Amino acid sequence: MLRFVLLAAALLTAVPLHAQTIKIGLVTALSGQSARAGEAITRGLQVAIDEINAKGGVLGRKLELVRRDDEATPAKGVIAARELLFKEKVAVLFGGLDTPVSLAIVPIVNENKMVFVGPWAAGTPITKNGAKDNYVFRVSAVDEIVNKAMLTYSQKTFNAKNCGMILVNNPWGESNEKGLTAALAAKNMKAAGIEKFEGNDVDVVPQLTRLKNAGADCLFLVGNVGPSAQVVKSLDRMGWKPPIVSHWGPAGGRFTELAGPSAPSVHFVQTYSFFGKQSPVGEKVLKALMAKYPDIKGAGDVTPAVGVANAYDAMMLTAMAIQNAGSTDGPKVRDGYYKIGKYEGLIKTYNKPFTPENHDAVNENDYVWTQFIDNQILPVGMKK
Amino acid sequence: MLVTSALISGLALGSMYGLLALGFYVTYAVSSTVNFAQGSSMMLGAVFAYTLAVTFGWPFIPAALLALFLCALYGMLVEAVAVRPFVRRGSSAWLMATVALGIVADNTVLFTFGKEPRGFPTLQGSVQIAGINVSWLQIAIPVVGLALAAGLHFFSRKTSLGKAMLAVVQNPDAARLMGINVPLAISLAYAASTLFAGAAGIMIAPLFNVHSDMGTLFGLKAFAVAILGGITSAWGVMLAGLIFGLTEALITALLGSGYTQILSFALVIVALALMPNGLFGRAEVKKV
Repeated sequence: MLRFVLLAAALLTAVPLHAQTIKIGLVTALSGQSARAGEAITRGLQVAIDEINAKGGVLGRKLELVRRDDEATPAKGVIAARELLFKEKVAVLFGGLDTPVSLAIVPIVNENKMVFVGPWAAGTPITKNGAKDNYVFRVSAVDEIVNKAMLTYSQKTFNAKNCGMILVNNPWGESNEKGLTAALAAKNMKAAGIEKFEGNDVDVVPQLTRLKNAGADCLFLVGNVGPSAQVVKSLDRMGWKPPIVSHWGPAGGRFTELAGPSAPSVHFVQTYSFFGKQSPVGEKVLKALMAKYPDIKGAGDVTPAVGVANAYDAMMLTAMAIQNAGSTDGPKVRDGYYKIGKYEGLIKTYNKPFTPENHDAVNENDYVWTQFIDNQILPVGMKK
Repeated sequence: MLVTSALISGLALGSMYGLLALGFYVTYAVSSTVNFAQGSSMMLGAVFAYTLAVTFGWPFIPAALLALFLCALYGMLVEAVAVRPFVRRGSSAWLMATVALGIVADNTVLFTFGKEPRGFPTLQGSVQIAGINVSWLQIAIPVVGLALAAGLHFFSRKTSLGKAMLAVVQNPDAARLMGINVPLAISLAYAASTLFAGAAGIMIAPLFNVHSDMGTLFGLKAFAVAILGGITSAWGVMLAGLIFGLTEALITALLGSGYTQILSFALVIVALALMPNGLFGRAEVKKV
């Protein structure tokens, strides 16, 4: 018996469980209003991981995804991040949809020299966090760049001259208020008005009436799917139909169902669309998604597409960074991102996407403007 | 225009707060206890109606009626499980027990109904009032709200069952001796309480969306409204609901949304400091 126990112990010491895998962590909303977004990020990461593993993995080791639900709450996100970083010992941690959650995780990763990658949350200070040693990267939209793009789009498409802001009352809304104000100031312009609303507000008519009375000829909308739908329904009740140029909040769920018949009036930014002619990478990823997930039967089922596309590219770039580092050690992996050269990805062909000064791989040239038509996110003007 | 549209928004929201607050009133009047999780009862009304009308495809009226009946049953369950056992022992633990049962209900819905908010089909069409576009639903909500309050008033003053229920609160022992079934009266009060909340949930659902925590903030505001109105007066709580809803909408319209929560709740505190029994309540006489 003793010999058996010793043998078993020796075997376990020689081959520790999962020693061969490199763990990739993900902290995102897997329940609540943003559950779909969390699932999209998961699918993008998983398809990339499967592709990498099929080619032998990274550093000769397979990758393994470990997920935790942050319930869109910073406190829960911090607990989950700590568990993944220190207990599960993930090599790289990915974040989710909510800027407040990501902002809460940033100081932990910087302090402990561990890499955190954002495939969705767009708050400017997530990557521009002021840390001397910055371990946070992002393959997603960035508020201050999106804000410039929103202004340009409103001018070019709607000939808007006096836009008003209707923003959700949280750190994300605040980040966009700063970005939009700066974008307007750069063109010697001012907002018609700045109004905030709570995520749980039933009626946004009073705020919208203020903007209407201030002469707003278009609206800049920032809010997740539920709150954005409340704005659209309130506009419907008022019988006011201004052009709505939105951040990508509506993409996270059943926007058509929640906002009603006026859902298509919202034009919102995306980083990718699986509709239209696809690049070879686009075709490959769509095929892989359809093979792995039975509910995906075509481009329209990959929703929200940004979550999948950003996560896919972010995972591919991360694998290259780990390969460049030659280890899973935080500081080495961080430097590995700087050494990435050319990579033909889903969103674009990246060329030296990260430098010590720039931790954001996606810029204003990579955005696509979209609208909801029958529960599907289509590029503006495209018919199904 | 700004004020008119705020008044219309405020009336609809205010009657929702009033309906929920009536739920607090009706149980307090009969048993001196309340279901602190009225927000969950409101959510259940919306979830039941959504499931019957949208998922099962029933016509709206029968779906709403069955949803209200289910809400009433839930109210009786709340009373039997979370109130009666504690009151019988002279304990005030029903305070926490009703909150706990509400959390159980919220989470049960989260797992069964789903995590994503769902959209309730809305009543299309609108009319122009003073140059403002007003949807039919915004007119229907205060009308139904006030009709239910009037119905409650009529029921408690003009029917023998209503009078019996009021007798329970004045002197439970005497009421019992007069042959009034006190436990049944209290149970019915709880049924009426959740029925009002359910009605509010069904009416608010098309304006809002349906999800497991949709009632949390409403429940909190309705409790503030019930206290503001003076929890002992049915018309008082309904009026306080309208006042609270209108105040919220007017502050947002005139000063901006940043001030809404700060000022509306600050005004509740000021009102209660000046009138400790609420705007329309009467001081209770306690014989010692």
